[in-house]
Amino acid sequence: MTEAGPELPFYRDTLGCVHCGLCLPACPTYQELGDETESPRGRILLSRALAEGRIADGARIASHFDRCLGCLACESACPSGVRYRHVLEGTRAELNQRAPERGVRARLRKLLLSQVVARPRRLRWAFAALGLAERTGLRRLAQRLGLIPQLTERLLPAVPPRQQRLPLVGAFPPPGVTRGRVALFTGCVMEQAFGEINRKTLALLQANGFHVDVVTDQGCCGALHLHDGQLELARRLAQRNVDAFRGADVIVTNSAGCGAALRDYGHLLGSAVAADFAGRCRDVCEFLAEQGLSATPAPFPHRVAYDDPCHLCHGQGVRTPPRALLRTVPGIQLVDHPSAETCCGSAGIYNLLQPELASAIGADKAGQLRATGAEVVITGNPGCIMQIRAHLSGTGMRVLHPVEVLLPESG
Amino acid sequence: MLPSMEALFGELTRRFGPKRCLTQPESLLAYECDGFTIHRQRPLAVVLPEDTEEVVAAVRLLHAHRVAFLPRGAGTGLSGGATPTEPLVILDTARMKRVLRVDPEERIATVQPGVVNLDLTRHVRAHGLHYAPDPSSQSVCTIGGNLAENSGGPHCFKYGMTTDHVLGAKVVLPDGTLVELGGPAGARPCGGLDLTGLFCGSEGTFGIATEITVRLSPDPESTVTLLASFRSMRDACGACSDIVAAGLVPAALEILDKATIGAIEASVYRAGYPADAAAVLLVELDGPAAATEADAEEVLMLCRSRDAIAIETAHSPEDRLRLWKGRKGAFGAMGRLSTDLYVLDGVVPRTRLIDTLETITAIGAKYRVTLTNVFHAGDGNLHPNIAYDGRDAEETQRVVAAGMEILRTCVAAGGSITGEHGIGSEKLDHVALMFTAEDLEVMERVRSVFNPDGRCNPGKVLPTRNSCAEVGRWPEMVARVLDPGGPSP
Repeated sequence: MTEAGPELPFYRDTLGCVHCGLCLPACPTYQELGDETESPRGRILLSRALAEGRIADGARIASHFDRCLGCLACESACPSGVRYRHVLEGTRAELNQRAPERGVRARLRKLLLSQVVARPRRLRWAFAALGLAERTGLRRLAQRLGLIPQLTERLLPAVPPRQQRLPLVGAFPPPGVTRGRVALFTGCVMEQAFGEINRKTLALLQANGFHVDVVTDQGCCGALHLHDGQLELARRLAQRNVDAFRGADVIVTNSAGCGAALRDYGHLLGSAVAADFAGRCRDVCEFLAEQGLSATPAPFPHRVAYDDPCHLCHGQGVRTPPRALLRTVPGIQLVDHPSAETCCGSAGIYNLLQPELASAIGADKAGQLRATGAEVVITGNPGCIMQIRAHLSGTGMRVLHPVEVLLPESG
Repeated sequence: MLPSMEALFGELTRRFGPKRCLTQPESLLAYECDGFTIHRQRPLAVVLPEDTEEVVAAVRLLHAHRVAFLPRGAGTGLSGGATPTEPLVILDTARMKRVLRVDPEERIATVQPGVVNLDLTRHVRAHGLHYAPDPSSQSVCTIGGNLAENSGGPHCFKYGMTTDHVLGAKVVLPDGTLVELGGPAGARPCGGLDLTGLFCGSEGTFGIATEITVRLSPDPESTVTLLASFRSMRDACGACSDIVAAGLVPAALEILDKATIGAIEASVYRAGYPADAAAVLLVELDGPAAATEADAEEVLMLCRSRDAIAIETAHSPEDRLRLWKGRKGAFGAMGRLSTDLYVLDGVVPRTRLIDTLETITAIGAKYRVTLTNVFHAGDGNLHPNIAYDGRDAEETQRVVAAGMEILRTCVAAGGSITGEHGIGSEKLDHVALMFTAEDLEVMERVRSVFNPDGRCNPGKVLPTRNSCAEVGRWPEMVARVLDPGGPSP
């Protein structure tokens, strides 16, 4: 055995696996491909072999980790309690260091993540430019010329109007008596592509009696960078958020992916301050279910299927609160959705990187959702909303974020 | 790589494409073992066929090139049945997961081998039917793997093992010949020699089943599950014996010890088992409602007379599911105790359970290993679990030695070396505890009818002719794990 093993931080996590295989039915890529190298158990074995120095050329196993959705359904199935997320993130970081991907596309992706997504001002400019391209017909032209692959184009949302993309900053008191004070995490892409959901989250918290602070120095949670193996950048982004929210008692998130990342800062940064920060994070539904709604939601007389974002159910263990809140909506009919905890194939930017597999998984999800007979799908993560919308387009089914149906009448 | 191997890989890749013919050595490490992790060796290649025709094509190519192979289901086996013992190609049936036919009137189904055990039950649930054998890994393991291993499960106490539920199979023999075993037409054997019975439990050494016809069982009218906790293992085993002696035939009778309960309760499979119990007895009763209620009363009484601390009775499907969830997740949950797990599988007469368990505990102490027990008490099928660190050569040797002594104890008590996990590569040394040279010779002759060249799952079930040489294999195979730089294809 080489000495490399124990030094790699994810090595210990791989040792928890006793190879029972109970994760296999939970894994979307194994279900799709039937290939052990595309299963959590197989990937853990490969990670361990990498750490033990049994694999000299890391590039030769990289594709198996690229193909992992990171949905964490395997963690929910694992009796041995393996923290697969740490195996995955650690292995990707190690591979990124040992055998960085070559090629224009990979470089462009890394550049986009590190130089645009990680920098709020540049991301805002990028969305402004994208909006301009859309208004001038440039985007359509690019699409027609085949510059944007069709699968990708279907997933990209229309750029929202400028006023929705303006950053929210400041202190927002509730209209009546204050029940408590929270800080809102506004995210990066969330702010630009789903500014309206951020505004509705804010309004919902206010309507339910909470004073909401939106602090200025916050930014991208770093999840996309971590998934891309850019460990150091992810750590810098995490530290920025830990510092920005130092004074907040409760940090409310409305994006499951961001929430799961924020709640793992203790592991990522390895400091007590970061662990304390992680302990103060709550998903908006989880927080409101804990506190109880004081404002009755507006009537929503529709058949609704709730679809669990992976990073909410598997990543944060939040399953009941969104459903409990939705049941309080007058007129709503929550229908049974047996595959609610299965990944939709969005998985961060997976659907852009692995369009073929993501598309197959997305189509499965759309089929299961159509079978429920629901008119509306509700899910609390921007990536999932985009992916499910793309795969349900033309069916007349709408896809909404939970906060959108929890707002009171006046909201 | 031998030149003939290159030619073979070329032909396999042409036939199956790169996504269904894996040859990259680094990736193939993912296939170096199944649920039994002491033996490891990566295959030369993995092929993923999708139907009978493709299996025939693959096997013919392998036969033509004189390359050995083994069939693999979900790789959940616990005796190394799906682990190579020499350079070979794995035929993985994971993509053969179609249910081909269900006849609810005749109560039979024909499935591809990669259909997951529990998926079959889900598939026929609407007809009020289920597939009875239910290994703990039933949410993952495949019907093909179950057939190869003659798998059991908690409910086999009342309903029998896999062999009692398989009616026939299409089988590709090691030379690529396609034959049909058994008579899928009805529930009775179709006459002639019972080759289906022979095939079942042959651990992938007779060929590959590509279509399997199984019996489906009607769901019982009512089911009651009881969980009784006891102050001592002796009381739990006593209650189990009393239940059987009273003439009751529960669907399942399972016992879990304190350490197992602790691991389960710390896992996502937590079931609310009482933490203060030295052992719990899980009893399931099914049948007509009036009968199960009466039986449940009697079980309650018998458990009380053995000083049960508490008894929980579950009637609703949710509560029953919860009580079973813990039991089914037990193996994996033991991973919390150490980095590796050796799940043993021995059988003793039910009346010898408690004495054997006490001996097993003593063996655990003697070899200084962490040993827990969870078992099918009704069948006397023990599963001592040994948690250990496989990176520690000395500890691993002690674990292997303790396992050997435990199985020796089972045989001495009038039992056997496997109840449901099979011999695989794990117990080649142990076979001699049960069978004489003459017994083994007959088995070898039967096998050579199906597998004359020995290229189908070599090194499994039966020790090679000069069986004494096998005794030396264990240290060698263990060494392979411990020395990553060691021989690999």
